[in-house]
Amino acid sequence: MTPSIRLSGAEVRRGGRTLWTGLDLDVAAGEFVTVLGPNGSGKTTLLTVLLGLLPLAAGTCEVSGSAPRRGSSDVGYVPQQASVDPLTPLRGRDLVGLGLDGHRFGLPFRGRTERTRRVHEALLQVDALELADAPVGALSGGEQQRLRIAQALVGDPGLLLADEPLHSLDLARQRTVVDLLERRRRDHGTAVVFVTHELNPVLPVTDRVLYLVDGRFRIGTPDEVMTSETLSELYRTDVDVVRVRDRIVVVGAEDRLVHTGGGPR
Amino acid sequence: MTTLDLLSLDFVRNALVAGVVLALLAGLLGPIVVGRGMAFSVHGTAELAFAGGAGALLVFGTDAIGWGALAGAVFVALLFGALGRAQRERDSVIGVLLSFGLGLGVLFQSLYTGRSANKFGLLVGQIVGVDVGDVLTLTAVGVVVLVVLALVRRPLLFASLDPDMAAARGVPVRALSILFAVLLGVTVALGVQIVGALLVLCLLITPAAAAAQVTASPTLASVLAVVFAEVAVVGGIVASLDAGLPISPFVASIAFVIYLVCRALGALRTRRRASATDAALATG
Repeated sequence: MTPSIRLSGAEVRRGGRTLWTGLDLDVAAGEFVTVLGPNGSGKTTLLTVLLGLLPLAAGTCEVSGSAPRRGSSDVGYVPQQASVDPLTPLRGRDLVGLGLDGHRFGLPFRGRTERTRRVHEALLQVDALELADAPVGALSGGEQQRLRIAQALVGDPGLLLADEPLHSLDLARQRTVVDLLERRRRDHGTAVVFVTHELNPVLPVTDRVLYLVDGRFRIGTPDEVMTSETLSELYRTDVDVVRVRDRIVVVGAEDRLVHTGGGPR
Repeated sequence: MTTLDLLSLDFVRNALVAGVVLALLAGLLGPIVVGRGMAFSVHGTAELAFAGGAGALLVFGTDAIGWGALAGAVFVALLFGALGRAQRERDSVIGVLLSFGLGLGVLFQSLYTGRSANKFGLLVGQIVGVDVGDVLTLTAVGVVVLVVLALVRRPLLFASLDPDMAAARGVPVRALSILFAVLLGVTVALGVQIVGALLVLCLLITPAAAAAQVTASPTLASVLAVVFAEVAVVGGIVASLDAGLPISPFVASIAFVIYLVCRALGALRTRRRASATDAALATG
């Protein structure tokens, strides 16, 4: 079976600086890969590459067996929660619909019933039918994130990319978002690449971790990567990884892990 | 003469056709202007169209006003379109250029020694001065703007209402921003010659702002904005004939009343939704 993502010898440069190089990563269908690392380590840039918005400086990248293509319906994208102005003329169903054909130029008259059906289905998948006609700006952060996931799912993607989708959500909302992504990959075999600063909310569903620090990286199961030894090597300083019940706490790199936000530009 | 007699006059009919075309364009662009938070840059563009028109009038005479206004508006709209989304920087740059444009325009007007109606037209509108040639130009430009708008509407809405996501989906956000600036510049330049620089906002902003109060559907918002703009323009022209006054105050007043009514309706709607949510929470 074609892997959902295949990166080999991948190198990314931004502003004359090499963010990471020699990255080999195969992500299988239905696999959940969590990408961790401090700010500026190139986590979001990895998504930018997979979205087909940034070419690699070296190496190759394939998404579902072919080069990443901007606007591909095979890739869904869930961004960080961002506030929408209350008066923005945009309903839940419009937001989801934009995910389907918002990037297409030309007249929109063809396939309207099919479009309506797919938007309906995507809303159904995230239990958000009641949000279809609500103004997006009037909804809570959690409700908006449910719509964002529907927007990412409406093209029926084989790969979901999520960039800090839990940021600024409370614990209950975080769980809802993680459950929706987990349900999608279980039922549809959709691979998930999840960029975050906070591993714990996704720890139960994470198959593998990609940990990026200053151009160095490790790939493996959470048990393999989240050890004092591995993280100390990555950060080149003493880092302690402590397991407290079912949580993993990293001590010693706090100043590097502070979240400052920012989406793709 | 009664209003009905006046309506049968050629110049009145020209004015009406021009008004209808302008209101259609303004109504369609308005919701995107509001969605992008560009009200202030429309105002700035209008002032630069005024300066361009006044400069052309001074140097080349009345026939050049339209071209001067177009050049001024498109030039500055492109500049604003390239400014990006940093709100504070955008605001101050627009403020700087707007006041400079207004100053230039006033200078050109004081140096101009011809008919004073030509001068004031650019500020407060001179719709009765519209001739068949103007109507044809306006209609032709209108058709071009409409076709372009129809072809780019979806990505333009995406880029305007949901910019980060649009960028992630590969929509050329920057290029669309510049294209929209040109469409807007052209429309503003036409509007300046008909309703005047001071009142372009009341066609481009007020109807769309009113529509945004009563609907969250982008399509319905566009339809309502067009209807509101048409009512304001056609109503304004007819009322001004009757009263023998300039059309601008009538257009502005009708648009304002529509806005007030929509705001009241919008407040009602929000309250009803809030109480429905409360009821839903109360029942479980």
